[in-house]
Amino acid sequence: MSRLFTEAVLIGIVASGIRLAVPLLLASLGEMYGQRSGVLNLGVDGIMLLGAFSGYYLVLRTGNVWVGLVMGAFIGLLLGLASAVISVTLKAEQGISGIGVYLFGLGMSDLLFQKMVGTPIPISGFPDLDIPLLSDIPILGGMLFQHSAVIYMAFAAVPISLYVLNRTTFGMNIKAVGENPEAADSLGVSVTKIRYATVTIGGTFAGFAGGALAIDLGIFQQNLTNAAGFIAIALVYFGAWRPMGVMAGALLYGFVNALVLQLKTLGIISRGWSDISAMAPALITILALVIVARRFRQPAALTKPFTRGT
Amino acid sequence: MRKPRFIGIAILMAFTLVVAACGDDDADDTTAATTAATTAATTAAAPFRIAIVAPSASNDLAFSQSIVDAVNVVAAEMGNVEIEVTDGTFVVDDAAAAIRAYAADGVDLVIAHGSQYGGSLSEIAPDFPDTSFAWGTAADTFGLPNVYSYEAASDEGGYVMGVMGAALSTSDVIGVVGPIEVGDAKLYVDGYQLGALAEKPGATVNIVYTGSFGDVALAAEAAESHLAAGADVLTGTAQMVVGAVGVANENDMLWFGTQANQTSLAPSIVVASQVYHWEVLLRDIIANIEDGTLGGEIYSIDLANGGLVIEFNDGFDLPADVRAKADAAIAGIESGSISTTP
Amino acid sequence: MLRSDRLRPRLGGYLVPIIAVIAALLIGAIILLRLGADPIEGFSALFSGAFGSTDALIGTALKATPLLLVGVGITIAFRANVINIGGEGQMVAGGLLATTTALVLPDVPTIIALPAVLLAGIVGGAIWGAIPGALKAYYGVNEILSTIMLNVVAVQLMAFLLRGVLIDPAEIERGTRIPQTKRLMESADLPSLFGSDRLHIGPLIAVLAAVGAYVLMWRTPLGFRIRSVGLSRDASRYAGVRVKRTIVLAMTLSGAMAGLAGAVLVFGSESHRMVTDGSTAGFTGSAGFNGIVAALFGGLHALWTIPASFLFGGLLVGGNAMQRAVQVPSALILALNGLVVVFVVSSDRLRRRLLSGGSEKAEERSSSGPDPGDGDPVSSGGGEP
Repeated sequence: MSRLFTEAVLIGIVASGIRLAVPLLLASLGEMYGQRSGVLNLGVDGIMLLGAFSGYYLVLRTGNVWVGLVMGAFIGLLLGLASAVISVTLKAEQGISGIGVYLFGLGMSDLLFQKMVGTPIPISGFPDLDIPLLSDIPILGGMLFQHSAVIYMAFAAVPISLYVLNRTTFGMNIKAVGENPEAADSLGVSVTKIRYATVTIGGTFAGFAGGALAIDLGIFQQNLTNAAGFIAIALVYFGAWRPMGVMAGALLYGFVNALVLQLKTLGIISRGWSDISAMAPALITILALVIVARRFRQPAALTKPFTRGT
Repeated sequence: MRKPRFIGIAILMAFTLVVAACGDDDADDTTAATTAATTAATTAAAPFRIAIVAPSASNDLAFSQSIVDAVNVVAAEMGNVEIEVTDGTFVVDDAAAAIRAYAADGVDLVIAHGSQYGGSLSEIAPDFPDTSFAWGTAADTFGLPNVYSYEAASDEGGYVMGVMGAALSTSDVIGVVGPIEVGDAKLYVDGYQLGALAEKPGATVNIVYTGSFGDVALAAEAAESHLAAGADVLTGTAQMVVGAVGVANENDMLWFGTQANQTSLAPSIVVASQVYHWEVLLRDIIANIEDGTLGGEIYSIDLANGGLVIEFNDGFDLPADVRAKADAAIAGIESGSISTTP
Repeated sequence: MLRSDRLRPRLGGYLVPIIAVIAALLIGAIILLRLGADPIEGFSALFSGAFGSTDALIGTALKATPLLLVGVGITIAFRANVINIGGEGQMVAGGLLATTTALVLPDVPTIIALPAVLLAGIVGGAIWGAIPGALKAYYGVNEILSTIMLNVVAVQLMAFLLRGVLIDPAEIERGTRIPQTKRLMESADLPSLFGSDRLHIGPLIAVLAAVGAYVLMWRTPLGFRIRSVGLSRDASRYAGVRVKRTIVLAMTLSGAMAGLAGAVLVFGSESHRMVTDGSTAGFTGSAGFNGIVAALFGGLHALWTIPASFLFGGLLVGGNAMQRAVQVPSALILALNGLVVVFVVSSDRLRRRLLSGGSEKAEERSSSGPDPGDGDPVSSGGGEP
């Protein structure tokens, strides 16, 4: 047990938990916008996968990680827009159309990879960005301030989202549309426009998350995300549609995963229990919610399409 | 009504995706399912037909690719061979349907390349007594006269890698990243641990099974956890290890590969890879079939018969004494003086 | 609403999903061309592989079986306004409990063994469904979160058990350690139908379950309560319905159907074993998700889910046949599958409108959530103005 409390191991667990949390945090924040306005998008994982492939591919071809990251976000934007067409304009059943988008992304990203790349070719990932002064703090510096720029960007998105949702007209409109689209509509807020915007934002975040994941890992392969997009959707509920809550959920999931891994590495969790301990992030997320739940209610119009004049 | 415009956008979107899909096809097209078929050799005789059913993509640089490559090698030697591939069939029932369809279609040899397909094969094979089936990796023919099984003694290569890993480690902490403790992965990991401890009894071998064959990010963080625990040498098995190789590369940890030559993933840190050459046993199986024996034998590739090959990375400056230790381990395993199973 | 109204087909409405499928396949054809494969050969292989022969039809029926069972469960949960996306985990739980039952049962005849294992499957799935149901009803934990998380738990449980206590002892003896059980007792095999090698009573069980669910949902007080909770929890509460208990029950029934699907997969498989490749999809074939698609294609109506599952199963089986025929990567089949789902569901509004006689208002009522009372999903809430 004493091996657990060395500086390297403690720093390792926290830093690893943060890295594992980031793709979830990004995808989950994006999904939160859509749900806040009343649209459930189950296709997040498919969008992440296509964002991941396009990001990876661009880096492979150009050698520039930022070009790849922008490309991942752009593909996410396009797919978000397509999802908005499907669920807002065409009013498709939201649960099912998302499954379609997921299957499409899962298959298409693999097909493109097989045809355009073939076998896994590594790319160089994001450079670490040590924050001056802060990164020199003993222990804390290594845990929090020696990451790549993408990780700081992901966490910066939390206060930005908080501000957008609570301090801007756009944010107020999102919440109004999600709670009572009829009332919002009668006040002159375009439900369609707001939902297009939020679902597209969600797609962009998902594509960005996928691109960040692939570039950070420096590789792409079939089903790279391993259903992280679904975990991200679950975390929106964990976070009760609030940026801070979503961040708490992503960090909890990431930390428990990192802790379990480190305990396995050190032999504190024996090999016979490796599967059981791998359940921990999922189980602890549920348990944590059992303790804090019931205080929050979901957006009243979630999953309900809107047609004016009914 | 603005609807038509939005539907227009929808169609546009769809086509954007297709164009994205179809653009830029410059990578080579030798991949996957393209039928690498026949040679000009003969037109008179009917071709010998081989079908492969495999769980992952046939260009995965790992398990599935190893059999497709091997069949292509054998086909090139024989001439007049027709190859069909159904890859990505990780759903066992889908694989069973494919196996059955190929047998019904008159294929001469159906290769069920996945341990998980065996149960289904044992039910299908009796219905097609004139078709030969090969199943791997496994060591069981169900007592059926038309089923071959094949396996890889991956513990042997694992042992050799373990010897080198321990010899090269300066911290005496060695990390292993595995998926789930089953089958070929367990054989390799157990062999590796045995080899490492034989070389350096005092070394610490930390073994993590992440619980997933597919979670690349988790495999990467498993490598990070080994780093935090002081490891300077890593190995791992299954397709998700590409994530761990990346982490090893960034942190200058040494890497040992298996199932395919992984040098291309990290040319500066990959010391060696254990590579499967199934063609060694495929030649025998096909010769048997042509003589009229459709099954009943269990084959294995190992270091001694040349089916398992330790491919060293020429770009890595391996000290001569470590290389000598590896060669000694290989010789010992081939002669039987070293046992690689616990 | 008069019965004759319901039976009067509105051709345009029925054509819409077919046109949507064709549109999706056209995109597939372009991709096939780009891959250097002949789309006509590919799609004729798809069609004949799905429906072109007795053997193909059997394959389609077998593929449709888990879709239908999961889909039937979905019709129950979604009618109660509970979104069950835990079908994958529930199938695994059902399969595991059924398998365990077969392993511990002494050698008993089919008349005992078969009902025992199927019941065990039902119970396993029911437990895996009841947990999120109870968490939602009593602790306010959203079911989307808990079902996604329980899918993650189930896959690890499957690995733990199949490489541990349930493993075939011969695998340990040989050292090959394939995570699978031994061949399960023959008396628990699903009996074959019409003396076929492959066709067993699984599809029949699924159809019976669909009929049973139809009767339950539309002809019993319990079904009425489930539907009323789905329409309005507050109104149901005022009417004296025990809302929380009903939500748990709906999720339990939904999970039970998925669990039965898991048991049918094990005892109707070629191998008559349970085996894992470390993922849920390797066992379920993603039926836990695809069953949702089938149920929604069937308008959340148990009986309409029967043809919907059959057609969707045909698409999956035919896709595999196409892969064999024109040698394209399986990834394409998956992508095509997704496109078909997106196109069909996107055109659903149009279908409803055409079927309801073009009235915007009627169309609106028919699609804003579960329909109010009538059993027919196609014209419910609509009809002649």
